[in-house]
Amino acid sequence: MTRPRSRGRLRGFTTVLLFLLPALVLFLLLVVAPIAVAMYTSFFKWNGLRGLPTDFLGLDNYTRAFSDPVFLGDLWHGGVLIVLSLLVQLPMSLGLALLLNQRLRGRAFYRLLFFAPYVLSEAITAVLFTMILSPDEGLANQILESIGLGGLEWFAEPSTVLLSIFVVMTWKYFGFHMILYLAGRQGIPEELIEAAKIDGAAGWKVFRHVTLPLLGPTIRISVFLSVIGAIQLFDLVWIITDGGPSHASETMAVTMFQFGFKRFQVGYASAISVVIFLISLVFALLYQRYVMRRDLEGATTVLRDKR
Amino acid sequence: MTGQTQVRRGADRGPARRPPEAGPRAHARPNHNRRNRTQSISLHAIVVVVGAFVLVPLLYGVIGGFKNTQQLSTNPFGLPSPWVPGNFTSVLSSGSFWRELWNSTFIAVATTVLVVAVSAMAAFIFARFSFRGRELLFTLFAAGLMFPFAVAILPLFVLLRMFGLLDNPLGVILPQAAFGLPMTIIILRGFFRAIPGEIEEAATLDGCTAFGFFWRILLPMARPALATVSVLAIVASWNNFMLPLVVFNDPNWWTIPLGVQQFQGQYASDTARILAYIVIAMIPALGFYAVAERQLIGGLTAGAMKG
Repeated sequence: MTRPRSRGRLRGFTTVLLFLLPALVLFLLLVVAPIAVAMYTSFFKWNGLRGLPTDFLGLDNYTRAFSDPVFLGDLWHGGVLIVLSLLVQLPMSLGLALLLNQRLRGRAFYRLLFFAPYVLSEAITAVLFTMILSPDEGLANQILESIGLGGLEWFAEPSTVLLSIFVVMTWKYFGFHMILYLAGRQGIPEELIEAAKIDGAAGWKVFRHVTLPLLGPTIRISVFLSVIGAIQLFDLVWIITDGGPSHASETMAVTMFQFGFKRFQVGYASAISVVIFLISLVFALLYQRYVMRRDLEGATTVLRDKR
Repeated sequence: MTGQTQVRRGADRGPARRPPEAGPRAHARPNHNRRNRTQSISLHAIVVVVGAFVLVPLLYGVIGGFKNTQQLSTNPFGLPSPWVPGNFTSVLSSGSFWRELWNSTFIAVATTVLVVAVSAMAAFIFARFSFRGRELLFTLFAAGLMFPFAVAILPLFVLLRMFGLLDNPLGVILPQAAFGLPMTIIILRGFFRAIPGEIEEAATLDGCTAFGFFWRILLPMARPALATVSVLAIVASWNNFMLPLVVFNDPNWWTIPLGVQQFQGQYASDTARILAYIVIAMIPALGFYAVAERQLIGGLTAGAMKG
């Protein structure tokens, strides 16, 4: 009686192993191990050229990063982009999603159009906007001048460069968030909205007390994705400004790339990539713990409330 | 306040069942209608403005590509006169664009086949086998969602150099597949779980092995989900910039995003020519979007809701 069962278990075990092995090897070797190696090398002074790092520095790379104005600037730029995304880009996407959820002529076309930039690579987007927002003869300045306003310096001026990058980010990504909201809105049963209207709630009240709370899970996901995206921003900035002028648009990933691949200070660059990783991780854990908890628990919360 | 809503609810209950025109509200219709019309015009205006924000940069690229640089500065808004197709034909007749197109295609297809095959096997185990440590392993993979290339790029570069995979398509394909695992496994697991257990039991009774069930029953049934994750993998690979940037030094291996950046550097002053190049580079992505729009949007919303 025991023999066939244990053979069955053994066979089950080998199946599990064989099916999981490729994914596990790929993941451990090319995702987990590099991150572990980055953590290790971040404690060394290393040019990354050959051999293993030997010049142990302890936490010096980290203290260096947090006393370097360029890196502190990176943190500040990330924060600004996050705040702008949350205050401008997401409300805009939400508003458009609700708009396109209504009966509106050309709705399908607009939905298709608004999402299209998301499909283009950041590289193409970056090159396109380098030319459109060019200070000399770019389209944007020609439009501004033709309506009697002066042209702007856009990417060429430290005070406007971050806002200009944000404009490009919005162009590329608002459609993605809009699609998320649209899916979330379509998941709300129409009966609930109608019931609220029958109860005498008008437009804004329906939105504030019915639609918005029911969109909660979608909003929280969309906030999460846009914060993580802003923390890790690289392609756009690298192609458009290289972090300049005078580091005014530099992000953590750009600084890391500069030190790692241009100046061969791999130890210091690794410390920066570990900081990017830790910031993403801590944010994700805290966010899931405190903000998305309700979404993940779902039904149990309802039960507890009843009790 | 509550009393008032109660009363109104009572009063509305009757007429609400009838068609809206027939209710006691009928006398308020003209006013209501006018408000509706101004409202709908302003809503249309918003959508049209946002539509212009998205469309104008794209149109500028297409039309600008048919101008020469002098026309771009003297006649920025109008149609080209005369039309200059030379920018487009010179890009299309250059070998480099077609080579980049081929490289991008090859890398995207290889990445997709690899990541979908490996993830499907892992997702099959996560969805339909129970063993100790399953949830822990799954959480490990799911946590990979937060690891961007930026965090691992330095050690990945060192690792690929060690294996001799620089200037080798495998150096891009393997890491891309590894980083694509989390999202693909999460989506496929959800789908595999939804397939009823009875089907598996019936197959097992008929003498089907675990692999036979996976290969002959589960995968064919999961075709829509496989299409979705494939589309996501193709788009991610097609638009990837950072990894090819460090892996490919040899122009013969460049993908489209690298080619676009390089072309901009090479012809910095010839705006019209760069516009033509990026417009051509957009076509495959936009064409793919037109064909696979449903899978793309379905996959993104599913991924976001489950991630």
